[in-house]
Amino acid sequence: MFHVKHTDFDVLVVGGGHAGCEAALAAARLGVRVALVTFRKTDLGVMSCNPAIGGLGKGHLVREIDAMDGVMGRAADFAGIQFRLLNRKKGPAVQGPRAQADRERYKAFMQAQFAAQSGVSIIEGEVVDLLVGDGNRAQGVRLGDDSEIRAAEVVLTTGTFLGGTIHIGGERKSGGRMGANASVRLADRLRAHAPGVGRLKTGTPPRLRKSSIAWDGLAMQPGDDAPGFFSFDTSHVACAQISCGVTHTNAETHDIIRRNLERSAMYGGMIEGIGPRYCPSIEDKIVRFEDKTSHQIFLEPEGLESDLVYPNGISTSLPHDVQIAYVQSISGLEMAEIVQPGYAIEYDYIDPRGLSRSLELPSIPGLSLAGQINGTTGYEEAAAQGLVVGLNAALRALGREPLVFDRATSYIGVMVDDLVTRGVSEPYRMFTSRAEYRLTLRADNADQRLTPTGLAVGCISAARGAAFADKMARLDRCTADVSAVMFSSGQLSEHGLQVRSDGKRRNGIETLAIAGVEVSDIIALEPSLAAHDPEILEQVARDALYSTYIERQERDVAVLNRDEAISIPTDFDFASVGSLSGEIRAKLNASRPETLAQAGRIEGMTPAALVSLLAAVRRAERVSA
Amino acid sequence: MGDTIFALATAQGKAGLAVIRLSGPDSVAVLQALGGTAPDARSSRVCVLRDAGGLILDHALVLHFAEGASFTGETTIELHLHGSIAVVRAALRAIEATGLARAANPGEFTRRALMNDRLDLTQVQGLADIIDAETEAQHRHAMRVFGGEMADRVTRWRHDLTRAMALLEATIDFADEEIPEDVSPEVGVLLATVARDLRDEIDRQSATARLKAGFEVALIGEPNAGKSSLLNRLTQSDAAIVSEFAGTTRDVIEVRMDVEGIPVTFLDTAGLRDAQDPVEVIGIKRALSRARQADLRLVLTESGAVPDRLVEGIAVDLVVRTKSDLHGGDGVSAVTGDGIAPLLKSIASILSDRVGDVGLFSRERDRIALEEAAAHIELATQSAMPTELRSEELRQAVQALQNIVGGIDVESILGEVFSTFCVGK
Repeated sequence: MFHVKHTDFDVLVVGGGHAGCEAALAAARLGVRVALVTFRKTDLGVMSCNPAIGGLGKGHLVREIDAMDGVMGRAADFAGIQFRLLNRKKGPAVQGPRAQADRERYKAFMQAQFAAQSGVSIIEGEVVDLLVGDGNRAQGVRLGDDSEIRAAEVVLTTGTFLGGTIHIGGERKSGGRMGANASVRLADRLRAHAPGVGRLKTGTPPRLRKSSIAWDGLAMQPGDDAPGFFSFDTSHVACAQISCGVTHTNAETHDIIRRNLERSAMYGGMIEGIGPRYCPSIEDKIVRFEDKTSHQIFLEPEGLESDLVYPNGISTSLPHDVQIAYVQSISGLEMAEIVQPGYAIEYDYIDPRGLSRSLELPSIPGLSLAGQINGTTGYEEAAAQGLVVGLNAALRALGREPLVFDRATSYIGVMVDDLVTRGVSEPYRMFTSRAEYRLTLRADNADQRLTPTGLAVGCISAARGAAFADKMARLDRCTADVSAVMFSSGQLSEHGLQVRSDGKRRNGIETLAIAGVEVSDIIALEPSLAAHDPEILEQVARDALYSTYIERQERDVAVLNRDEAISIPTDFDFASVGSLSGEIRAKLNASRPETLAQAGRIEGMTPAALVSLLAAVRRAERVSA
Repeated sequence: MGDTIFALATAQGKAGLAVIRLSGPDSVAVLQALGGTAPDARSSRVCVLRDAGGLILDHALVLHFAEGASFTGETTIELHLHGSIAVVRAALRAIEATGLARAANPGEFTRRALMNDRLDLTQVQGLADIIDAETEAQHRHAMRVFGGEMADRVTRWRHDLTRAMALLEATIDFADEEIPEDVSPEVGVLLATVARDLRDEIDRQSATARLKAGFEVALIGEPNAGKSSLLNRLTQSDAAIVSEFAGTTRDVIEVRMDVEGIPVTFLDTAGLRDAQDPVEVIGIKRALSRARQADLRLVLTESGAVPDRLVEGIAVDLVVRTKSDLHGGDGVSAVTGDGIAPLLKSIASILSDRVGDVGLFSRERDRIALEEAAAHIELATQSAMPTELRSEELRQAVQALQNIVGGIDVESILGEVFSTFCVGK
């Protein structure tokens, strides 16, 4: 046990999962003194559930974390054993990178980052209480051995550990993950301090022994030939690549599950928490989609050396014996050995509407929260919040201005805004459909959107900064050259492109905006453009493809920004606003919007209520001025 | 700051004067697009305003308020027009067609004034009530316009649009799940239905159609009731042949004229009787069918009583007693002109009620919304359109229809996805 006297830290992070790691490393990049407290040092960077990173919306988040020089993208690239770009056939705005990851390599990379990053201390222990000082200000934490660690800023990333309860059939036990303790005492403390604590649940499938699966008869899904990476830094795969197996449930599987439904924790009424609709258990799938006679299962190896397989698609809270029966009813799994049964886990979350946009809990200044504790699910969502709280906690400790991520420039901003203004009704997962500016917020331009902010804040390494400046210079030159070439409609149709013969002359960008026109087309028309780096040309083409829509979105953003510019004081008394309905007042009180635009996004807000609010805010400004 | 908005600032309906207010950076540009020249700030000028086709809209008195010296605090142009419903509608349409300004939302002028610190906060008391009232009036109006059968239609639009968006989003966000690869046939059908309905609605509600075609006023009655004489008198023409022989008018005769600013087509029809002559039978059939479709039916009768045969299936809007010069008393006379002016007045008042009553401006705004939505949906159905752009067009369509179908947010779309597809690995 690492004993700490009254040593002060600037930022103290509780939890070593995806949110905690990203938070601690982000804070450290800003040069403050950081401590990370976790049960076991060797659990840093562990992937508790599926061995994969990315996907649609999620992959976008990872690219954005990487654009801020965060760690998740590089770790996933290092650990990637199968890369697939989802929606490859659709436009760049909706393409999302995804990778299967080797758990051991992921953890090893993460731990190496901590070893290499100066200014971070890792402390093993159970955090049992929050130290709170004058004005209810967070001052540090107390550990299970009664030692205290003091810090200016405390970040909680407790994942499913806060009041965690594991359910396997009728069995239930306290735990944050199979084989790990839950943080019971901290949960009790937090319940006393924080407004709005609720229960959510999630589940995980049984883990199978790789050598017990009959792989020969199964269809295999390989990765992409040309992998797309998460990090703007990565150019090559770091290790051997594998394929995943594909199998299906069948009528017998469904029968077994149906016969045993009342023994499932979820259907037996043992669970009060609300689970995600997009990640249903196999019980759920069979009950809700009765007509479907078969469900797909991906057999995902947990690593190159690992003897474990993650059967993606059959998470469950049925008893162990039923799990064995239904797993062995599936083709290829007749002899499968369950190494660890699937289970459902219930945990506490804090109503995120009580948080500020830097995910700080205003009722306990100096305390911020990230990850599942805020009602989200997923490694990527957690890591992205970790980045937000890590940077902001460090900025506060340094006495600097907060860094707000907004809806118009990042998925991170979309998520934070959704959480703090609308709250959650089920574990929150990112989808591209949540981003109204989806055409602008692409995985490919995450660096163009965010790296300048990162550079301004100071969380980007010098090498990364130089590489970015070089890329931007090449992009600018390429954009200028492509904008300068002009083609007549005759020239374009002669080349076989379908354009209206309107006699209009189009520049290169306008030409690339025509559906179906590719970089190779404009190079054929103007061979001098071939002098540019092909990847840079592709990027110019991606920007051009949506240019007309992006102009329209920019107009929407201008309107949004006008209302975003009107900030509502943090101590604003919503009761002082006349002519608001009780319902709207309650919603305003719950989410405490920081700007007029945020208030406008609260469900049920009316134009009249918004004007009353605006008037009251103006009145308050006059009084204080 | 921001975009440019416009709205009719004076009461809706027929009046001596109508004021359209434009506020925002492009206010002057809008005026210029209509062929006007802005007077200096704080002064006025008479301008001839024209639509995009060069047709004269009106001679308007134009006022110019500079930025920082107007109600909203933004550059403001006021167009003082003649208070004719037709003129106001045409002007609003022409402003919208410039693409430089959009119809203001409820309370938006006041809100801008507030944003720009142009309102004394004591004046804000009750402001929310005013906006509430506006929204409420709009809602009532929407309910009236879209009441009954229309309510069902709106519910269906909402459902179809949600469903179409859900199908598209499912193929985007759940690409690695078991989602049918090609949802476009179903999306195509859903969108084609909504687009067709919207177009129908636009045609029906459209001020354009109304102003082009005008209102139809059918003159019906028994033979020799004096329909043709009245037509000629009303329209100051001799379009219809007049004789003492019953059944002279065989076909439907149309004459267009302006009745107090409202374009009206009068229809003279064959007299209704049990005819033997096959040509006259066809004429009577036509008379009945046109009368049914007309916006207003005047039943002409010498006696003052409505003939029995007219009661079935045809609504009677006005009963006019003819040939008052022969019978004396109330009624109209095509010979002396007695009662003609009052008759035109009551026709105009009924028709202007029909347009004016439901709220000319909000109708105009609804029409703009329908047009905009239909245009976006049509783009979304183009086959070459990539999925993410289809989805973007639909999002825009729903945004335009927000006031009509209500908000369709990502949660309702995801809800539809999760109830339709078994997603989640």
